[in-house]
Amino acid sequence: MLAATGLTWNVVDDVRQLLAEHFMVNALEAGTIVAVAAGAVGWFMVLRHQSFAGHTFAVVSFPGAAGAILVGVSATVGAFGAAIAAAVVIAAVPRSVGGQTSSEESAVIGTVQAFALACGALFASLYGGFLNSVTGLLFGTFLGISDGQVVTLLVVAVAVVIVLAAVARPLLFASVDPDVARARGVPVGLLSAGFLVLLACAAAAVSQITGALLVFALLVMPAAAAQQLTARPRASFVLTIVFGLLTVWVGLGVAYFSVYPVGFYVTTIGFGLYVAASGYRITADRWGRRALPSGAR
Amino acid sequence: MTLLAANPLAGIGHMFEHPFLRDAFLAGTAIALASGLVGYFVVLRGQVFTGDALSHVAFTGALAALVAGIDLLLGLYVACVVVALGMAALGTRGRADDTVIGNVFAWILGLGALFLTVYTTSSSGRDATSGVNVLFGSIFGLSSSQALTDSLIALAVAVALVAIGRPLLFATLDDAVARARGVPVRFLGFVVLGLVGVTAAAATQAVGALLLLGLLAAPAGAAQRLTARPMRALWLSAALAIASMWAGLTLAYAVPSVPPSFGILAVATGCYAGAFLVTLRRPRAATRR
Repeated sequence: MLAATGLTWNVVDDVRQLLAEHFMVNALEAGTIVAVAAGAVGWFMVLRHQSFAGHTFAVVSFPGAAGAILVGVSATVGAFGAAIAAAVVIAAVPRSVGGQTSSEESAVIGTVQAFALACGALFASLYGGFLNSVTGLLFGTFLGISDGQVVTLLVVAVAVVIVLAAVARPLLFASVDPDVARARGVPVGLLSAGFLVLLACAAAAVSQITGALLVFALLVMPAAAAQQLTARPRASFVLTIVFGLLTVWVGLGVAYFSVYPVGFYVTTIGFGLYVAASGYRITADRWGRRALPSGAR
Repeated sequence: MTLLAANPLAGIGHMFEHPFLRDAFLAGTAIALASGLVGYFVVLRGQVFTGDALSHVAFTGALAALVAGIDLLLGLYVACVVVALGMAALGTRGRADDTVIGNVFAWILGLGALFLTVYTTSSSGRDATSGVNVLFGSIFGLSSSQALTDSLIALAVAVALVAIGRPLLFATLDDAVARARGVPVRFLGFVVLGLVGVTAAAATQAVGALLLLGLLAAPAGAAQRLTARPMRALWLSAALAIASMWAGLTLAYAVPSVPPSFGILAVATGCYAGAFLVTLRRPRAATRR
């Protein structure tokens, strides 16, 4: 963003120059926290085919933040509040038994998302004249991350990861085979609702940096790429985190030396990883050297 | 702008003296009709997420056109239809995977962010207003010729959808039997997504790229809850969409600080919530499969 300082061929120098800026250190810390939390939750989201819900929580943080600014509360509080409220509404609609998203559920999710964004438009119009912060809320700005925000993010991310770790095994079971899990006494419905709330928290946290519209990239892209490469849960989970960190670090680093927005770099790197992983998998499948089970769709 | 406060009926009577409101009502009605009809199939076929993806494509398409210096509408329609057909092609076996759709549109949105920056920084004096207009719509800002074009396009979509309505319903509800009876199921899949693309582009101007999803999903979801008979639900969905459009536009006219997009979406969401509460007690009206 600040193109005042030039990019040289000396990578070590470039990194040192980058870390000399306090706001860049904050951005990298926040980006790292966000990449881990979004990767961990996103891995389950992709496995459970709940991308639509994840995307909805992501965009809902925009009206939350806009509304909070309007009434004079912290935007962070508004974003979390709105995302969790949306999770509760969506969790209240019963999923169909098959585990696939029912047509009713997707209609509800779509309506919640559009209505929330309409509220965002209303708040922006009522507040008037914060057009620049509208684009900031939507597309993110990593220039202005305060120390306090980094601490908030860290607390939320640690809480999300701990809860996720605690329910990981039953949640994995319930995601892969809900019917058998239910028969074995796993509380599938409760896990499903709880996961939506976790997803909402992670989405709201990520939106602080990437803006509401681009959160979804960090949730879906690393996990989708990792699940293309291996069907083993542990390995693909670790790969997801690695891809997430890689995307955020490279994206922030490149954006620092460029005039174009960080969201563009993050999504492009993430998409590149996903396309490369899919290409690798298709080639591997065709040559038949490695038969990957189709469970990792 | 006349306020309703003094005498509501007289205010509404005066409403149509404003040409911009006549245009908004003309285009809005046609767009709502198309959205209600197309939306019913989108919901029934479980393709709401595709609609969500298209709404972001609309944003990128419009901004790409602005950056390239060509007509915004051209970019909007081309991007939506091309991506919609691409998604139909991706979902050759069954329907496109939500992860694939998610990856593609997240990246397309990243491109949109790039175009927005390029557009606003390429020449001084431009701010992000046109970007925000694409995102949230500006139906009161439509010119008469734009309103006419949009109405004609939306009407064409509605007519096309009604023409293929019966076989499409058959293919949606029982894909295997329809195929055995010689219904071109795959071809219909392309046609319906193409129509969704055109509708998305038209609706972007009315309610904005981010909100068109509500116009597709809410009336259709409400209609599906209220009746189990597909043909009746199809028309009910269109009627609810048009009613939301009229009520929303009137609300936005009466209370100037309310953006029209919010009015329309608030009424549509209210319809859905109402339908939900009304049908909560009785057993859910499942569409017969």
